[in-house]
This record gives sequence, C-alpha cells and structure tokens, in this order.
Amino acid sequence: MSETILMGPADVRRALTRIAHEIVERNGGCEGLLFVGMRTRGAPLATRLASEIGAFEGAQIPIGALDISLYRDDIHHLQVQPVVHSTDIPVDVADRRVVLVDDVLFTGRSARAALDAIMDLGRPLSIQLAVLVDRGHRELPIRPDYVGRNIPTTRSQQVQVRLLEVDGRDEVALITPPEGQP
Amino acid sequence: MKTPSGSTLIVGGRFVDPSQGFDGPADLLLADGAVAWRGQGQPPQRAERVIEATGLVIAPGFVDLHCHLREPGQEEKETIASGTLAAARGGFTTVCAMPNTAPPVDSRALVEWVRERARATAAVGVLPFACVTVGRRGRELADLPDLADAGAVGFSDDGDCVASSRLMRSALEYSRHLLLPVIDHCEDPELAAGGSANEGYVATRLGLRGRPAAAEEAIVARDIALARLTGGRLHLAHLSTAAALDHLLRAKEAGLRVTAEVTPHHLTLNEERCCGWGWGTEERFLKVSRLPSSVSFDTSARVNPPLRTTADVKALRRALAEGLIDAIATDHAPHAIPDKLCEFDAAAPGISGLETAFGVSLALVHRGELDLSTLIARLTLGPARVLGRGPHPNPLPVGEGRVRALAGPALSLPKGPAQALGTLMVGAAADVVIFDPDEEWVVEPEGFASKGKNTPYAGYILKGRVLATIVGGRLAYAAERLKVTATAKAK
Amino acid sequence: MTISKELERQGTPAAGPAWRRRHVLDLDDFTAEELELALQTAAAMAQVLRREIPRVPTLRGRTIVTLFYEASTRTRVAFELAAKALSADVVSVTAQASSVSKGESLVDTARTLRATGADIIVIRHPSAGAPYLVAEHQEASVINAGDGWHAHPSQALLDLYTLRQHLQELRGRKVVIVGDILHSRVARSNVWGLTRAGARVVLCGPPTLLPWDLTAGATPSSSQPLDWMRLPPVEVEPDLDRAVEEADVVMALRLQGERQQTGLITSIADYIKHYQITAARLARAKPGALLMHPGPMNEGIEVAPEVARGPQSVVDEQVANGVAVRMALLYLVAGTQTRG
Repeated sequence: MSETILMGPADVRRALTRIAHEIVERNGGCEGLLFVGMRTRGAPLATRLASEIGAFEGAQIPIGALDISLYRDDIHHLQVQPVVHSTDIPVDVADRRVVLVDDVLFTGRSARAALDAIMDLGRPLSIQLAVLVDRGHRELPIRPDYVGRNIPTTRSQQVQVRLLEVDGRDEVALITPPEGQP
Repeated sequence: MKTPSGSTLIVGGRFVDPSQGFDGPADLLLADGAVAWRGQGQPPQRAERVIEATGLVIAPGFVDLHCHLREPGQEEKETIASGTLAAARGGFTTVCAMPNTAPPVDSRALVEWVRERARATAAVGVLPFACVTVGRRGRELADLPDLADAGAVGFSDDGDCVASSRLMRSALEYSRHLLLPVIDHCEDPELAAGGSANEGYVATRLGLRGRPAAAEEAIVARDIALARLTGGRLHLAHLSTAAALDHLLRAKEAGLRVTAEVTPHHLTLNEERCCGWGWGTEERFLKVSRLPSSVSFDTSARVNPPLRTTADVKALRRALAEGLIDAIATDHAPHAIPDKLCEFDAAAPGISGLETAFGVSLALVHRGELDLSTLIARLTLGPARVLGRGPHPNPLPVGEGRVRALAGPALSLPKGPAQALGTLMVGAAADVVIFDPDEEWVVEPEGFASKGKNTPYAGYILKGRVLATIVGGRLAYAAERLKVTATAKAK
Repeated sequence: MTISKELERQGTPAAGPAWRRRHVLDLDDFTAEELELALQTAAAMAQVLRREIPRVPTLRGRTIVTLFYEASTRTRVAFELAAKALSADVVSVTAQASSVSKGESLVDTARTLRATGADIIVIRHPSAGAPYLVAEHQEASVINAGDGWHAHPSQALLDLYTLRQHLQELRGRKVVIVGDILHSRVARSNVWGLTRAGARVVLCGPPTLLPWDLTAGATPSSSQPLDWMRLPPVEVEPDLDRAVEEADVVMALRLQGERQQTGLITSIADYIKHYQITAARLARAKPGALLMHPGPMNEGIEVAPEVARGPQSVVDEQVANGVAVRMALLYLVAGTQTRG
C-alpha cells in the first residue's frame, strides 16, 4: 500500500475559498442558500464553506447535516448495516437553494441518495453539488457544480480526505494498492 | 434376529455380581440359556463360542423398572421391537413396560396382548405393568387380581399420579395380597398442572409455569402414609426432589414396604439444562463438546417430573449411593420429532434414555460418588428386589451407612436362581452385559435403535459403553469391536 | 460499485459498533453498546416520523410478516406502521395457537412464510420461547413481539427510549415496576434493559405475583453460572408506599382479570387499595417522577384516573415512540439479511 499526499492543508484551504466564491458568484449572492453536508466529512466542509461565505458576505447562512444511510441503494448487499446518525437541518428546505457538500465524488451513488433524502424533506428551489475532490468513474448521470480538485484515479486506488475536525489534520491522500491486489 | 443359544464362554474379564458380593477376574460359561459355571482356568465343558473380554467388565444384565414401549397405539414413537433393541444396546436384559399406551393396559386381554407381542418381537425380556385405574382415568380401580393373574408384575397409572387417595389406598391393600408393587408417579396434579419446568429460578427467568417440588413431596408423603395404613407394597417412581427423600428414609426406618427409583437424568442434570446446553453443579458433571452462548428453550430437557436444582441432584446421588434409593430406572419415553419440535410448554415430556442410561450413570463412578459394584447393584439386584424377583430374601445388607440396617421385611420372595433377575449365580438365566467402563463416545441420537431421538445428552461425551448384551444365552446386541470367535463344534 | 465500497475507499472510519444480531428475542444478553445503538437509531427514525411525509425507501423490496397468535392492536399496528415507514411490504397473519388441535405447527408455519418471501417475521405467541423456535428453524430474522410471560424486547426498548428523552442518564435512577410481575413479559424485559442501563430496579406487587426466585436470596443452581444465566440485580418490595419513595419512575403493569379468578389475588378492590398508583402515592416519589404503563391501561385499577393522563404520565409518548423504536429494530435486523 503506498500513499501520496496530493493536497496539504494550504491546498485544501485555497480550494475551499475558491469554491466559496464560486458559489456566491453563481448564485448572485447568498440569499436563500442552505448548506447541507453529507455525513461524515461533508458536514465539517459545509460548515467551513458556510462560515467563510458568511464572513465575506456578512450574513448568517444556515447549515445542516444529512445522513444518507436510509437512502442507500446497496442496503441489501452490505456486510454490516451502517449506523444511522441524525439528519439535522435547522430550516425548511422548501424554496431554498440547497448546496450539498461532500468530500469525494466517485460513482455518484451517495449524491443520488442525498438528492432523494433532500426531496423527501421538501421541495427546494434548486440543489447544487459541491465536492472537495472529484475522482471520476461515475456510474450515474451526476455532475458536480463545484469541484475543489479533479484527481484522476484508477478503480483500485483510494482517495482519502482527512479533515481537522474528524482526523486531526487537513490533507488529501491517494492510496495505491500493491501490484496485483484489488 | 435371534442368534443360536448354544454355549458361550466369556474369558478374561472382570466379573462384578453384587448379588454374590463378587468383584474380580473370572470367566463365565453360559449354556442352555443359564449360567453354567464361573471360575478361572479350564471350564468344565467346551463352549461353541468364546467372547474375549480382556479389559472389560461382565455383569448381570440390567433390569429397567420403568420404560415406555408405546405399543399398542403409539407405534410412531416406538414399538416393542425398536424399544427392546434400544434396551439391548443399553445393556438391559429385562425391561418393565409401563401401561400408558393407547389403549392403556387395564384388562387381561391387553396384558396378554403385550406379552404375546413381546414374545414375538422383543429383543430382551419384557415384563408388563398394568394400570391401577380403568383407562388410567383415576375414577375406578382396575381388576387388579385378574391383571396379576394375566401376568402383570406391578400396577401404575404412570404419566399421572393416582390422585384419589381413596383409590390409592385400595390399590395398596390389594398389593399387599398380590405381592406386587403399586408404582406411583408422585406429582400432585393440581399443584403441577400446566407447568413445564421446575418451579424455581429457571422457570421464573424463562417465564414458564412451574411444577413445584412440593407437588412431589405432598404425594410421596401421602403414599407413604397409605402404605403405613395398609401394609401395602409401594414403589415411588422417578424421584426428583431432596424433600421426598426425608419421607422415604422415615418410611424405611419404620420398616414399611416402600422402595424408590431415580432416573439417570435426575442424577446428572439440573433445571438449567432447559435453557441451554451444559450446566454445572460444582463444575460440568458430564463432558459436552460445545458451550451455549445464549438462552434457548430446549424441549429435549422437558420431562415430568422436571429437572430440579443442584441441591436436589446431589441429594439424589447421595441417596442412591447409600441405598436409600433402590434402583436406577430409565423412564425411557420416546417421542416422535413433531412432539418435541414445538413450543416448550406444548412439548411432550420425556427423554429417550435406554441407550444413554448406563454411560450417564457411570459418570457417578468416574467422579468417585459411587463404586462400580454399587452402581451395578442399582441396575440389577435393586430393581430385581423391587419386583420381588431378587435371588434370595436379603441375606446381604441392603445399603450403607444410615440405610444399612433397613433390611426390613423381605422385599423378595424366595426364588430359585432360575426365576431370579439381576443375578448371575450358577443356575440363573444367562442375562449378561459386557461393557468397557472407559471407552469414550459421543451421543448421536440419529444412531439410536430407539425411534425416539429426544435426549438432552445429544453431543455429550460419555465414558463407558456397553459392548454386548446376552439374553437367555443369546446375543441380543454386540458391538462391532467385540471379539467373538466360534470354536470347533463341541464333542 | 456500491456505496459501501465507495465509502471504504474514501476511508470513512468504521461507523461505530456493528449490529450483528439476526434476531431480537429478548434484551437479556444485549450489551450496553447494543442498547445504545438501538436507541440512537430510534432517534433517527423518530426524526423521519416527524416529517410531512414520514417515509424513507430503506427497506423497499423487503417483506415483513407479522405473525400474531394473540390479539393485539397497538403492538401489531406499531410494527405495521414501522414497516411501512421504511417502505417495506407488510403482511399480517393472525393464527390460532392450540396444543390440542393438530393444525399446522409453528415451525411449519414459519417455514412456509419464509418460503413465500418473508425477510423478517415479527411474532407474538402465548408460549414462552416460541420466537426462539422460529428463529432456530428457518432463515428469516425474527423479532419477538411478546412470548407468553417471557419477553417483550421492543416494549422495553421503547420504555428505555422514553425514559432517556426525559431523564437523559438512567444510571442510578430508581425505577419501580408495580403489578403482576410474575406473569409479565414487559416486566422481565424491562428488568434486563434497565439494569443494563445502570438503573436501580425495584419490583412491587402482591406477594403471590412477585418472582421471589430472582432476588438475592436465590441463586442460579450452578456455582459458576454461565454469563447469560446471571441474575439481574433487582430488589423486591411488596409494600407499594415504601417502594415508590424517591422513585424517579413508576411503571404500572396491567392486571389481568383471570388473576383474581385463579385465586392469585384476593379481590380487585384489595388490589386497588394496596397497589393502585394514586396521586398520593406518586407524590411520595421524586417530584416530577414519570408514570409509565405499557398499555392498555385499566384506568381505575392499576392507575387512578386522575394520574393516568396527568402531567407526570408519559403513556402517550410511549405509544408514539413505539413506532420509531420498531423501525429501528426492523432496520438493524434487516441489515443482517444480506443478499449480495
């Protein structure tokens, strides 16, 4: 197993700052925005984005956290049932411009589950997707609206995002298995 | 099915016969269905067959005072044929068949039917019991003298207690004159009704209705009082409580004609067996091959009277060692699979015990609670005396310790050796068991000869195995590894 | 590529203690972690139920069968609603338990249900141990909705859940269970759940209806009982006024009519006099002590009408929480029925 650090703390910070500005630009301000982070690491990212935007726009942007366990499409195939955490979204999603935030976008299935989850909560005005890393290999027609960095990968590789709030440090690692291993 | 009688010499074994007070190396010659000679060295006549018994023990064939052969009427559970085959594998050469069949054996015709069926199909000797009351319904007395005349060797409504004290009294009065025992299943029906486990910690935890120990004690006390009143001949079936033993001791001290039996399961398992495998008194008494990981409701442990507490088990063992309890009886109760594959309180009570009785009971010897000779006595001489078929009127002490003096009025009628059970004195019937006291084996009910595979000992590792059972000189059962050689024809 | 593999590759840490129980038969061998996981999951489910459309697609395509051999409205309906909220298909079977009539045996019935597609069987039966039999002899998961006097794990869990909402921490709290303890599966399962959560449990009722075997005086037969044969640490106190002193929770059990008919209690009037939870008795407990009842309540018997739905009563919450807790159990147990 070999590991390469592709993004250090400074890279992560800059990527998030750029995304934050893109979000504000594309939405013409931060009116009606609602940031929803997908557990686990999407949640602190959502918080960071919302706080940063709030700081330079001078507004309080509502932040929520979403647990997609109950919406997964692979519930029949797991060895272990995922633990269901709470979904905490402090405001009604109706008529909001929701920005879904996740750390890594891969096959698109988690994002699809998140879309279903949001739709069950109400009828938002729009849903946009912001991810720190896009590693390709989509299996569904899902595209991100905001990307921190595109990292091309092979199927066998892993991308691990580590965040201060969860792992004690900010970095993005690419993990390659040894030859011949899946 | 029946091997030729011929003559058989059993050489090289350790011969244990409590009826003769013998325990030592000896060879045995069987001829014409009886014991012809016992000694060492050259036998007086040539035998047609030699059984090599080095390292093995030879003893009188066991006598089971209590088993359910289910014929007539419940042949899906067992037949006389399959049950006696199981008996032979368990080392039993005579079994007493309980009459709670369908129809129950409460008339001369049925006693004769059972005897005839046994003559035709049984692998070992079968002695029939008959009901105390008509139809076992507990309302009117059956025609006891007629049943005795037809060949019944005792009377019992087993499965149920004789609830009416008035009827029990009458039955005991008859028993006094017929010289046959009345065997009572001592459980007060009102106290025990609806219960499926011993009333105690396990029943409470599992949410089962209990059958209290007091239900047994109450009837034992009543029956003994009636025995005292009538001078009748009382035998207490499958005792399971320490409380009953106090009454039994006083009865024997008073010289009453009361005897008692205990089952192998009540000697080795406690109520915890109902909620899973394995258990422990001081430590696990028998070896099991795996341990349970959580509660279960094990219908193989469902039996009446129920498995009780460790204190009860220990008291029963002590009483057995001392001779306060006269006999081990299996209460072999085979059931078909659907009868046990159901909810605990709906399961048919009973354990298929003929094939494990000896191996289980031998654990008491291996654990030092009992010596081998005493164990064999409880399986041979003891039961024979209960039936009045002991070889002689009590010249040997009946028990040890506080029970030693209880020789009491003769429980045995004087019988010549030819009609005696539980003995291998010269002239007695050639009913022999040969066993290896140390061979370990795993209990696999699928391999039982009995149709009943219902046993709580499934998977247990027992130490001690019957290798051959000879009934009237014929080999009723022989294990593969037993060395039997036919010799050249005797002159 | 499934989401699980995706998460694996992204390096999401193992999501806490894994649930490995295929069946929920009783709380007696639940670890504290398992109880915690069940309650946490129930909280998430309760959130779902608060939505306008209280439904998630999680158990879509799964079949849940309720097999009830005893009449029950609230438990059965709660399980059905729970199953539907998870988008599962529900089939309800009412059956007759009879030891006399030779109808289809319980094992045969269960096997048939499994063969026709049941993933989870929720069973209520008058015989203790019936769910264990069903679990042992076919492949569907089994949830015990009440077996005779023995266990009612989903009730005990919803009781725990309700208590946690009010008391947060249960360790050291005094919980008094009052009534016919001997015949109560609710009492038994609650004893296991509450003692595992660290509460102090006191059992109170007429002497004929108390399980004296479970008190410190009695011990399991073995000198070295296996772990799951342990005694739960409960106290038994036949005097209600003494029992409720300083209690944090008073749980009243339903009194069955036949207890008086079979001579186990002297009269209903006598029961009321000594064991009814009245305002006066409740006042002897801690201020704000909670009053619980598994339902259905005999108002005027176990509980005086003025307190039955008074400010301290959480009986209605118990019922409401019942759906969320059962959703949690269905979800957790469904996870052990893998097809991949």
